[in-house]
Amino acid sequence: STSAMPLNPHPAGHPHRKRSPEPRESTSAMPLTLMELPYPAEALEPHLSAENVTVHHQGHHAAYVTKVNAAVAGTDMAEMSAAEIMMQAEGGLFNSAAQVFNHDFYWQSMSPTGGGEPAGPIADAITASFGSFDAFKTQFSAAAGGHFGSGWAWLVADDAGALSIVSTHDASNPVKEGLGKPILTCDVWEHAFYLTHKNKKADYIQAYFSLVNWEFANANLTA
Amino acid sequence: PRVGAAAASRGMASFTLPDLAYDYGALEPIISAEIMELHHSKHHRTYVTNMNSLHEQIEEAAAKGDASKLISLQPAYKFNAGGHLNHSIFFGGLCPPSEYEPPSGELAALIEAQFGSLEALQDKVTAATVPVQGSGWGWLGYDKAAGKLAIATCANQDPLEATTGLVPLFGIDVWEHAYYLQYKNVRPDYVKAIWQVANWKDVAARLEAAKSA
Repeated sequence: STSAMPLNPHPAGHPHRKRSPEPRESTSAMPLTLMELPYPAEALEPHLSAENVTVHHQGHHAAYVTKVNAAVAGTDMAEMSAAEIMMQAEGGLFNSAAQVFNHDFYWQSMSPTGGGEPAGPIADAITASFGSFDAFKTQFSAAAGGHFGSGWAWLVADDAGALSIVSTHDASNPVKEGLGKPILTCDVWEHAFYLTHKNKKADYIQAYFSLVNWEFANANLTA
Repeated sequence: PRVGAAAASRGMASFTLPDLAYDYGALEPIISAEIMELHHSKHHRTYVTNMNSLHEQIEEAAAKGDASKLISLQPAYKFNAGGHLNHSIFFGGLCPPSEYEPPSGELAALIEAQFGSLEALQDKVTAATVPVQGSGWGWLGYDKAAGKLAIATCANQDPLEATTGLVPLFGIDVWEHAYYLQYKNVRPDYVKAIWQVANWKDVAARLEAAKSA
């Protein structure tokens, strides 16, 4: 897509706002706060262990929030969301802000009641863009499993609602790279899965499909 | 990297996973046995397996003069062969803590002259290595042209010499698989601790080889 991506600091459109009032993103300004997990840390077992989720959230995700706040304190970026900062920043500050955004998106991309076959608009879009759900799973697994080093696998949509799969390296994401609107993401940094699956990344990706939050995907697609 | 004799006789390269010079548990408590076993028998072995497969594909494409295919294989080759090179150096650069000996001779003199002390060198390498973004490596290398030690970092499995021209002397793997099961997200603790299992004899041998190359 060559059209400019309008910046939407709340790409999910707060999909759960109707059901629960708590913020779903670490985007409140001055300073950023770490988003709460949308579920208890043990709720993703056995696909992701409680320890894995806790260290990921309270260790890695929290550290990115802390780093952003420290870096922007006293500057005009102190009023901005992580998504806004990541679009303007480069280097270390970009890494931290983008990782806040990415992790916010990741926790919402999974659910203890997720998995299974998609339903709703996302199901139709997957069939239209990939031919079948199985074809989508194969392609997404290849993107996630085949990435060299740290990064993320994303399902993205263009302006017309056509879906594609992209992988980004380290902290980067499709919003920064202008690759489309994020629909779902899977974190393929080793810390995302190592405490549960050790070196068996393929097992993790399979486990991800038992957790994928189609409600979140639908909300993003129709936002 | 060692070339398997049988494969070499067919005119094809075949790389093998080098054995460790120590048991998986020998680096405890600095690096756990669980990590060492996974790191060597799973991660490093996978790089070797993939590298061999890619070698076959590369040789086939080269024989046909298929430039486009050769180019398409390069990223995977860089990643997997780089992984094999890096890990071979890494594992050889470690020794059980009971066998630890600080640098001596020419290596010690070079360290002293350039950094003032071993601690100062270690602090500098640590400071460069800890903040590596994502997956990568910290390196103590040798600049042949300048005749000096140098500190560098590389991303992913990019190998030091091909990327920077520096000869690798000692590498610190900061891919999360290298430390996560034991140190979790506290990478600085791992990097600071690894100096206790640094095999300075191996570093000295690499320096010697670099100087006479």
